[in-house]
Amino acid sequence: MALIETNSIYAGYGGMNILNGVNMSIEQDEIGVIVGPNGAGKSTTLKAIFGLLNVNEGNITLRGEDITNLSPDKLVHKGMGFVPQEYNVFTSLSVEENLEMGAFIRKDDFGYMLERVYSFFPDLKDKRKQPAGELSGGQRQMVAMGRALMVEPSLLLLDEPTAGLSPLYMNEIFDRIVAVNESGVGVLMVEQNAKQALRIAHKGFVLAAGQNRYTDTGENLLNDPEVAKSFLGG
Amino acid sequence: MNEFIFFINIVVISGAVIGSIYALGAIGVTLIFGILRFAHFAHADMMTLGTFLVLVLTALFPAVGPAIGLPTAFVMMPLAMAATAVIAIGIDKAFYKPLRENNVKPVVMVMASVGVTLMLQGLIRFFAGTGSQSLFVDDRKAIFRIDLPFESASRAIVVTEPQILLFLFLAVAVVSLHLFLNKSRLGKAMRAMSDNPDLARVSGINTNTVVGVTWIIAGALACAAGTLLSLDVTLKPDLSFMILLPIFAAAIVGGVGHPYGALAGGFVVGFAETLAVFNWAFLLRPLEQALPWLDLPNNLAFVPTEYKITIPFFILVAILIWRPTGIFKGKVI
Repeated sequence: MALIETNSIYAGYGGMNILNGVNMSIEQDEIGVIVGPNGAGKSTTLKAIFGLLNVNEGNITLRGEDITNLSPDKLVHKGMGFVPQEYNVFTSLSVEENLEMGAFIRKDDFGYMLERVYSFFPDLKDKRKQPAGELSGGQRQMVAMGRALMVEPSLLLLDEPTAGLSPLYMNEIFDRIVAVNESGVGVLMVEQNAKQALRIAHKGFVLAAGQNRYTDTGENLLNDPEVAKSFLGG
Repeated sequence: MNEFIFFINIVVISGAVIGSIYALGAIGVTLIFGILRFAHFAHADMMTLGTFLVLVLTALFPAVGPAIGLPTAFVMMPLAMAATAVIAIGIDKAFYKPLRENNVKPVVMVMASVGVTLMLQGLIRFFAGTGSQSLFVDDRKAIFRIDLPFESASRAIVVTEPQILLFLFLAVAVVSLHLFLNKSRLGKAMRAMSDNPDLARVSGINTNTVVGVTWIIAGALACAAGTLLSLDVTLKPDLSFMILLPIFAAAIVGGVGHPYGALAGGFVVGFAETLAVFNWAFLLRPLEQALPWLDLPNNLAFVPTEYKITIPFFILVAILIWRPTGIFKGKVI
């Protein structure tokens, strides 16, 4: 059974649809990457899955269970973590407090999970007492991912995790995403840096005008001359 | 020496008293703004309401205080604080929550709070009349005179029991609030929601619980501030409404959304008021003997006492022009 599956969803703000029938599905051990031109509905797809905007038609299932239009806090309880593109850390809270807020819904002792997040992102351990607002862009992204991982989600949704980062940090973030995925977390992410992202993708979805244009493995999409010409800059 | 003691009594102690009251009010205002993003104008009348609850309890059980050795009203205050907290949650559920759920603009919430203020004022006057009341129903205000061991000091530093209780309460309240915000799960969630409400929601933080806790703290502190102020002076239905402006000035001076800023802002506004209305001629008079050419006028106050309210207003305007984020870099309203 697919971890997450969207069946031709139509969604948008108010009555207007930005998505016009998006289909995607990834398995538990996979990384799915959504690429496409600006305004294709990439981030909108992620937000629709996480209940941040209305799905008007179609449905979304998490391991077969219908989760269409559930509110974000319910989805966190169902094992989904979401990392927004911007404003994704509590700037006035320390790194460790940010992680604790990620674990807010947990009533058990999550100390081991803090250690696991620090093992994914060793940079953060030295800065655990520092306000997250004082960190660099790449480190903030790590705090944001760490926060979402604290509930031990089965699915992690990342909205442009490498936006605005230097190439060095970009590769580091992609390495971490692979490590997180190998620990058993399904990942669905939106990326502008399409080539690098498709390299780590098991599945790639090329969206245009709110619809699937190409759906294949990351490798096949990278090698497809059509896709390369239209969407990956040659 | 006597001039200096007079200065301590009139400026230092009075400033600290009114500053503490402003601080207690401003902490509530600033917390509400941080979490719910609107200026809660009904805060002052929540203070008055809490104080009248204390008055009722004091009148019902007047013998409790003398048995313990504290003013009865102060002994009853925790009960009234709890009741005010419950009322504050009730007011939120009845008036603010429906608006919040419809995603209205902040100015609509502000107007609603003005409506709540008028309603509370009407209710209080309906049941308690418009006259002044004393919270000392069956006991008397204890006054301490501290004589200084100087020959030239014939006056004493005067401080009343309610004033000492006020300083102690403020210290305990601030330390507890600090520990709550920095050590407890809910306190950290409060800071997180004040920092970034959208992220708090996608993190799974229960925002309704945080809102409830905010009202509990703000309501309880409002009740305490009103009671401690009324123990120092007398209780009137418009007592707290008169200090609404200084309280907002204190919250904005300190940086809105910042509890420590509200504390600092309270004292800044409080001392500014007492310093501005103090007649400096008193303090400078000894210099007149040393410097024969000095001719002091009788009154050297910056502002006549009856225009005291202009001080917080001036501070408010000045801070909004030159440093709108306040001392502690709060949010810009």
